[in-house]
Amino acid sequence: MQMTGAKILMECLLEQGVDTVFGYPGGTILNVYDELYNYEGKIRHILTAHEQGASHAADGYARSTGKVGVCFATSGPGCTNLVTGIATAYMDSSPVVFVTCNVTENLIGKDSFQEVDITGITMPITKCNYIVRDVNQLADIVREAFAIARGGRPGPVLIDIVKNVTAETAEYTPLSREEHASQGRLGALVKRASHDLKMPEPDLGDVEILADMIRKSSKPLLICGGGVVRGRADQEFNVFAERIDSPVAITVMGAGGFRGRNPLTTGMIGMHGSQASNMAVDACDLLIAVGCRFSDRVALDPKTFASQAKVVQIDIDRSEINKNVETDHHIIGDAKRVLQLLLERLDQQHHEEWKQYVFSFKTETEYDEAGNTLTPKQISDVIARLCPQDTMVATDVGQHQMWVAQHFHYDYPGQLLTSGGFGTMGFGLGAAIGAQVGNPDKTVIHITGDGSFRMNCNELATESYYNLPIITFIYNNQVLGMVRQWQHLIYHEHYSQTTLDRAPDFVKLAEAYGLGGKRVCTVPELEEAVREALACGHGYVIDCAIDMDEMVRPMVPGGGRITNFLVD
Amino acid sequence: MDQVERRSLSVLVDNEAGVLSQVSRMFSRKGYNIESLAVGTTDDPKVSRITIEVLADEKHTNLLCNQLRKLLPVHSVKLLNPNNSIRRELILVKVNADSSEACNRVIQIANIFRASVIDVSTTTLTLAMIGEESKAEAIVNLVKEFGILELVRTGMVALERGTDTIYEATKEKGEFDYGKNVL
Repeated sequence: MQMTGAKILMECLLEQGVDTVFGYPGGTILNVYDELYNYEGKIRHILTAHEQGASHAADGYARSTGKVGVCFATSGPGCTNLVTGIATAYMDSSPVVFVTCNVTENLIGKDSFQEVDITGITMPITKCNYIVRDVNQLADIVREAFAIARGGRPGPVLIDIVKNVTAETAEYTPLSREEHASQGRLGALVKRASHDLKMPEPDLGDVEILADMIRKSSKPLLICGGGVVRGRADQEFNVFAERIDSPVAITVMGAGGFRGRNPLTTGMIGMHGSQASNMAVDACDLLIAVGCRFSDRVALDPKTFASQAKVVQIDIDRSEINKNVETDHHIIGDAKRVLQLLLERLDQQHHEEWKQYVFSFKTETEYDEAGNTLTPKQISDVIARLCPQDTMVATDVGQHQMWVAQHFHYDYPGQLLTSGGFGTMGFGLGAAIGAQVGNPDKTVIHITGDGSFRMNCNELATESYYNLPIITFIYNNQVLGMVRQWQHLIYHEHYSQTTLDRAPDFVKLAEAYGLGGKRVCTVPELEEAVREALACGHGYVIDCAIDMDEMVRPMVPGGGRITNFLVD
Repeated sequence: MDQVERRSLSVLVDNEAGVLSQVSRMFSRKGYNIESLAVGTTDDPKVSRITIEVLADEKHTNLLCNQLRKLLPVHSVKLLNPNNSIRRELILVKVNADSSEACNRVIQIANIFRASVIDVSTTTLTLAMIGEESKAEAIVNLVKEFGILELVRTGMVALERGTDTIYEATKEKGEFDYGKNVL
């Protein structure tokens, strides 16, 4: 059937099972939005306040649902506003397809109004990107883009369509998703990499070697990384950890990959890792990292990291092997499948003595009795007590992010939505919107700091318009807390440009957007506000006063030995 | 082993717009200057072969190779063993030859190096020569005294000796393809 490029795009989205798109219209993408108008009821469009918000929302949607997120934006500033969101998705391997439109073919390269080389700009932060200049290739490219975004190690893909292509017509033949891999460009790609039409298998020899290493180990340690979450391998990982009776340290990205309440968990690992996790890294004889790339926030000093252990990496991306930490063995494959193969080969192991040693250290930070203001731990406790256990938590970046990662116990992949790799302040509200849209029956909360919230609080408009009952908790210390913490510990208390004693009044701001809001300074006030927020059925902002000198503890300085705690 | 040396990489890629920039970006990103670069299609017109030479130690060269292998348009990357590969580049050099004596001497030098004279004017000679760095350096040093007006190199191309090729299906290649799986 002959169709315009814009209509082909819509049909291709439907082929992929897309029913939700986040975005913001503009001049060059007008044809696409005109067609979207005809697809009302099939494709729901969430209009955000800013393209960055849309990019984070599509990312949050993808992380929380496991589906591919989709985001539209126009040319020029529309698509450059996506850049932070694309990089955020890239660093955390989140599958999002970004569709942008560029100026008409004959205006390209002439510095036309709102023209920018977005494929050039996003080359280092996308798995791949395309510029579509021929309407006959559009369907093929969209199909390939989705397959690439969700396949292998997931990640963002950008499709830039020149405006005339969205108006021109071509023959469109519907193709079910199962057939995509045998046709067109995608077919050629699959054939080139000599895959059959099924997931490739991990190397069984490599699996045997690891099984043998596990049998010989008396002091094993597992790291649950983001790959377990992305690969939704949580069930297998839980069984595996119990089978080999190994303590499990969890990275920020790995939260939810291993049940936070399981007695085998040692808590978070790395710069703000628990004593138990970090001491275990130092003393273990076998370290198995699943879907973890040993970032500098986890491994700190690659030379002294796990220096007594044989290090084994299980990862889907071969280029992560030996990138940051030298390993002794690796298995390439999907976490779920590799763990299944290992489970088939391993009997129950027992490591009582080793566990006794590891769990003689603290798995959680102990806090002093509270003073006059709220403490971060008190806020976290109230949230954990009053919100449903399966509440989804989106965060921004800074001290609150670390507290949220440390204090809560996560039960399933996608429960914690946080920018771990890129560290994007302003990620949280957009991500919470995406998560709430994708999971309408779940309670979604957004935990932020006053610095982060000020960055993208414009998305309260989106939250309000679509009546999304997200509760925002601001851990408000009137300072840029994490940077201040470094200034306090390392920069001789030179608090350079980290004091944020300024407008707005967040309660009035929430009210201005038509949401509820309350400022709280004590636990009873907080409890009352949370109850009210949960009951009210619309968005709510709770501004929690905390002390500016609160620190994230423990802390190991960057590049140091993992047991070299600067603060306990 | 971990010395900074000149290393040759062969990279097979899709013959498509933007791929060369994706590949070369990886080097600048990691702070490596490309010493030499040559690109052309292979016997399959849809596939190009890039030969890149870079000054780096072995560890970082391997990291670079791994980052390249991860790119979707990259089919395979091979770090060539310098003891078992042939490297050649074409050099064109335009030399001042405004007297018959100069002209004769330049032609003599060209003959010794098996370079060919590919252009003549009343005051210049242009030589073409195929070889490795040492040969290029030698002839350039000799003709310098006449005055070099322009010099251009194609960049080094290289192949392994014997039956080894870049097309070998190694376990490592399979591992990289796993990450590119799109199903």
